[in-house]
Amino acid sequence: MKANSNLERILTSGQFAVTAECGPPKGTLGEVVRRKGESLKFCCDALNVTDNQTAIVRMSSISGCALLKGLGIDPVMQMVVRDRNRIAIQSDILGAVALGIRNMLCLSGDHQKFGNHPSAKGVYDIDSIQLIQIVKRMRDEKKFLNGEDISGEVPLFIGAAANPFADPFEFRVRRLAKKIKAGVDFIQTQAIFDMERFLRWMAMVRDQGLDKKAHILAGIIPIKSVGMARYMAKNVAGITVPKEIVTRMEQAKDAKEEGVKIAIEIIEQIKEIEGVHGVHVMAVAWEDIVPRVVKEAGLMPRPLV
Amino acid sequence: MIVAERKPIQEILSMISGLRKILILGCKGCVTVCSAGSEREVMILATIIRMGRKKKDEPIELVERTLVRQCDPEFIDQLSDSIGQFDAVLSMACGVGVNFLADRYPKTIALPAVNTKFYGVAEEQGVWSERCAGCGDCILNLTGGLCPVARCSKGLFNGPCGGSVNGKCEINPDINCVWQLIYDRLKGLNQLDKLDEILPVKDWGVSSHGGPRKIVREDLKI
Repeated sequence: MKANSNLERILTSGQFAVTAECGPPKGTLGEVVRRKGESLKFCCDALNVTDNQTAIVRMSSISGCALLKGLGIDPVMQMVVRDRNRIAIQSDILGAVALGIRNMLCLSGDHQKFGNHPSAKGVYDIDSIQLIQIVKRMRDEKKFLNGEDISGEVPLFIGAAANPFADPFEFRVRRLAKKIKAGVDFIQTQAIFDMERFLRWMAMVRDQGLDKKAHILAGIIPIKSVGMARYMAKNVAGITVPKEIVTRMEQAKDAKEEGVKIAIEIIEQIKEIEGVHGVHVMAVAWEDIVPRVVKEAGLMPRPLV
Repeated sequence: MIVAERKPIQEILSMISGLRKILILGCKGCVTVCSAGSEREVMILATIIRMGRKKKDEPIELVERTLVRQCDPEFIDQLSDSIGQFDAVLSMACGVGVNFLADRYPKTIALPAVNTKFYGVAEEQGVWSERCAGCGDCILNLTGGLCPVARCSKGLFNGPCGGSVNGKCEINPDINCVWQLIYDRLKGLNQLDKLDEILPVKDWGVSSHGGPRKIVREDLKI
């Protein structure tokens, strides 16, 4: 065991993992995070806390994770390289470990232009792949980037993102291979709607044996409304929503029900794909729906390991 | 070249408000090539300022002049005899020129008439775009000659982020994803394996993050 987090135990024991996303509030109420944590704790193995997602200022991921940890939940601390240089990154990692956080997701981060402080200076001192290398070295060699010794252990289960739907498509698997070479333990993918493309990507992943080197969790976004389907199809770079799905949402009597149905169908298909070891449910502003999606996808109860 | 763009006229007018005698100083270097601060732009700016001030009934005396370069003592020192007569110099050179004026003439107000944008190329007539960030440690040998520091919106070193779609950057569909360009170019050169190497963290200490930079060439000093 590298970090002995619940997520690591589930995945290394060969079970199909479920993680979900918990967005922290635009404010100081820890209760918001705790409430989301309570509603999600029984339907997932670990909970990601986003790090100023879409570059909108929110409560920090590290504090959200600490709040979840207090409820006995295994948190995944997301960390973007947009807002911190190598000094702040390593410092926050030390603090996160001290607070009991055992999983970390290394990300580039959405560009600050998309957020609520678009004129901010983006840091990008290092990139997400270099971040993976830094965390791995901190964990395995107990050394900072500069080679100096760290006092104490740095047990972290290291994650990263992968987007099979971005371009250039042929490079997407090579980039995953780079992340694995850098030392990643698990991958959470961008949300999957275009199953055909995801299957092609997974075939390339298996051809290179990458599914044996890192645990791949497939991203799921339950679609809450027709507007959301259209918005994602049109405006979100790196998310592909096929026309059939938008049409299904448009024609449904109850769009929310249809969104749940689609999410469950996608999970059912993903469960059958060789090399996929779990799902990561990102119910943006619709966390309440996650328990139902997980249950109806046949993934309850969550195993105890 | 250094690419610049003239500031909005209202901003310039408010900058020189209350000043009566001004030297508008063009530069025949980069800003002439990118049509921001050549002799012609000096003349146009002077005309607009005169009109603006006349409308407010606050006439102004303007002298127009354009130096070969404002970043070289040989040329900037040509102003030494006459500069004392002006309330301010409104420089149409890049920021380097304004700085050098301020360095050389401590008693003269030096004002910028342009916004200095980037090191770039003329893509076509009337269109310029960025190519180099002056980071102090060139890695173009590793990236097919195309710079991710200057041309990737996130300055990533190890391939495109998840927002690269149809060759475009997620922040603006008018911006090419440089990592798509790097990928296509290395593919064409049969060097795609270069992208499998993880580029190490960069030393920003040799960029502007390490403090103002200076080069001394003893072999060239007189």
